[in-house]
Amino acid sequence: MNKIKVGLASCGIAAGAKQIQEYIQNEIKDKKLNIALEKTGCIGMCYNEPLVEVFSDSGQWLYGNVTEEKAEKIIEHHAQNDTPIKEWLVKAKDVETDDDSYFAKQLKIASRNCGIIDPTKIDDYISTGGYESLKKAFKTPPQDIINEIMKSGIRGRGGGGFPTGVKWESAVIAAKKKGEKPIIVCNADEGDPGAFMDRNLMESDPHTVLEGLIIGAYAIGAEEGYIYIRREYPLALKRIESAVKQAQEKGFLGQNILGSDFKLEIKIHRGAGAFVCGESTALMASMSGRAGEPKAKYVHNVEVGYREKPTVLNNVETFANIPVILEKSAKWFAEIGSGDVSENPWGGSSGTKVFSLVGNLERTGLIEVPMGITLREIVYDIGGGIPKGRKFKAIQTGGPSGGCLPESHLDLEVDFDSLTKAGSMMGSGGMIVMDDKTCMVDVAKYFITFLKGESCGKCTPCREGLIVLDEILTRITKGKGKEGDIELMDNICETMKIASLCELGKSASNPVLSTIKYFIDEYVAHIKDRKCPAGVCKELIKYKVNDNCTGCTICAKNCPVDAISGKPKEMHFIDQEKCTKCDICNEVCNFDAITVE
Amino acid sequence: MQNIDKIIDKWNADPDYVIEMMQDIQDELRHTPREALEQITKRTKVPLARLYHIATFYKSFSLTPQGIHKIQVCTGTACHVKGAPNILDAFARELEIKIGETTEDGKYTLDEVRCLGCCSLAPVVMINDDVYGNLTTKKIKSLLEKYK
Repeated sequence: MNKIKVGLASCGIAAGAKQIQEYIQNEIKDKKLNIALEKTGCIGMCYNEPLVEVFSDSGQWLYGNVTEEKAEKIIEHHAQNDTPIKEWLVKAKDVETDDDSYFAKQLKIASRNCGIIDPTKIDDYISTGGYESLKKAFKTPPQDIINEIMKSGIRGRGGGGFPTGVKWESAVIAAKKKGEKPIIVCNADEGDPGAFMDRNLMESDPHTVLEGLIIGAYAIGAEEGYIYIRREYPLALKRIESAVKQAQEKGFLGQNILGSDFKLEIKIHRGAGAFVCGESTALMASMSGRAGEPKAKYVHNVEVGYREKPTVLNNVETFANIPVILEKSAKWFAEIGSGDVSENPWGGSSGTKVFSLVGNLERTGLIEVPMGITLREIVYDIGGGIPKGRKFKAIQTGGPSGGCLPESHLDLEVDFDSLTKAGSMMGSGGMIVMDDKTCMVDVAKYFITFLKGESCGKCTPCREGLIVLDEILTRITKGKGKEGDIELMDNICETMKIASLCELGKSASNPVLSTIKYFIDEYVAHIKDRKCPAGVCKELIKYKVNDNCTGCTICAKNCPVDAISGKPKEMHFIDQEKCTKCDICNEVCNFDAITVE
Repeated sequence: MQNIDKIIDKWNADPDYVIEMMQDIQDELRHTPREALEQITKRTKVPLARLYHIATFYKSFSLTPQGIHKIQVCTGTACHVKGAPNILDAFARELEIKIGETTEDGKYTLDEVRCLGCCSLAPVVMINDDVYGNLTTKKIKSLLEKYK
């Protein structure tokens, strides 16, 4: 055994990977073992974190759910006679594991290095062919690069789905007309709850993002570049900062890049916590030291953007794809995915997309799949289906302004256009799977409350519309819904769609519209029968002890408001007057003796 | 005020970077007091009203001092579906404060945050800079023990 790698991205750390790393470090020191301990990012198998990979003479062995006890055994086994412990393996070359199906339908382009290289070392990135595309680009006329990107058909991965090549070309034309140098900005303000693709790309492979950004700058002739990162991602910020420094030292950034007369300086802005700042004009307002309020979009950023200059704004994942497109050719990229982009980029969705697959699933994590894969393949083949024998209810895509799709849509092909047609959207790539214990009215209320708090308040339809929607949804979830509420919400949503200033306002009604469209029964149950079929809305449910109760007293001991009474070994009873429906009794019960109805 | 000046210097008193300055001040003092904002105005010529707009627009800032330990319960979509509201309630119960409040001894501030990007470990909480995943209401007491 010569090398051990520990996955140390945010999710790994949250699962305890740092303790495991320290433990292994001490083991190596105490037992004087000749092993190199390295760190890497996240391979996307979040459900198996912490992950530890062993590199030995016999092969490469990835272990999941590693604890200190497991780590000790793993080191022992490999150090003594270099044999893997098969039952703990989650991925290995010649050993079949249950988790192989997790990767079978994936195709990694943007996240190709995640969980494989050490993100803190530029040499690790270079050793996998990193910055070769940049060198290639510098030998190519800028216009040819733009043409190549255009031909690849790649569309913006941040959610808008606007063709990257078209954007770049427009900025070049505008810059020429105005006689100014354009500016390039990387949008790393990944604000959609339930989406963390960009965080992982920055944490696990920051140089690929940088390389894409530098190629973009060279192609459009920008000498100023910016990265706007949200503050909630401290580790991503740290890794990007250090990557910029390393790239400068290697001569990939700064003056006379790669010996040419091209120069580029990259500055980093930290977002201060505002969802709306992911919107392009709001982001640029924030970068100018103002509140992030969007502007009307009749003037495009590619003409008048940051500091009134032509500005190209691309998402983290978009940039991460650029080096690979140049390396393998536009044709190769265009053939992956759905539709036909050979005539124009709007003809389909080429390439892959990284999704964060989370919620009520057996296997949650980050996946990268070819466009055109069906939702069913994602949920069942990759995600492993719904745990605890529960039933699938909905899949939510596109972030807060996306929509919830029901089971009947599981065979939908995932690409920019078909998701929009179904009433949801691609968004930045969050996919949240919900089981039958999820109340769709509560979900709609959740998103509207979120958007209400995040609306910048500039235009009336979005600001006031969200407040009223929240009011109506709140009363429905409290069992005080009125007849006509659904129609009223429909009406408000329509107005918001037509009259809001920015995309955020225009799409803010999607969660309500899509849940009304596909789950109207649940709304009716709340309004007419005053019932929450999923057992979520607190005002409409009751906690009761059922016949399974053995009188073990654990619920009574844990109840924070002393609402449960009963003698040991006798059935217990919940005082409805006192019960706050905190769900602790349900959580601690070992006999399935709590019923929620 | 010396520290404030140092922070402003770090960003070359560039008006484009007032949000950055305010974030540094927030980190240093656990709030953005009026005096600090006035100092930024003096040095960058950005009107105080605009700084106040920023301080109330972005969620990172608070005008009153925050607790030593900042507890941010993630209420992103995945966490919500997996029971974040109950986690939030449990913290509130344990600390005897409401969301957005600071305990009387100035030790803890309880807040919600929309997505920390650790969705696969939902529900999640961030205390200061540490993230804890797969939370249950049962674990909360022992978690708080670590931050005394």
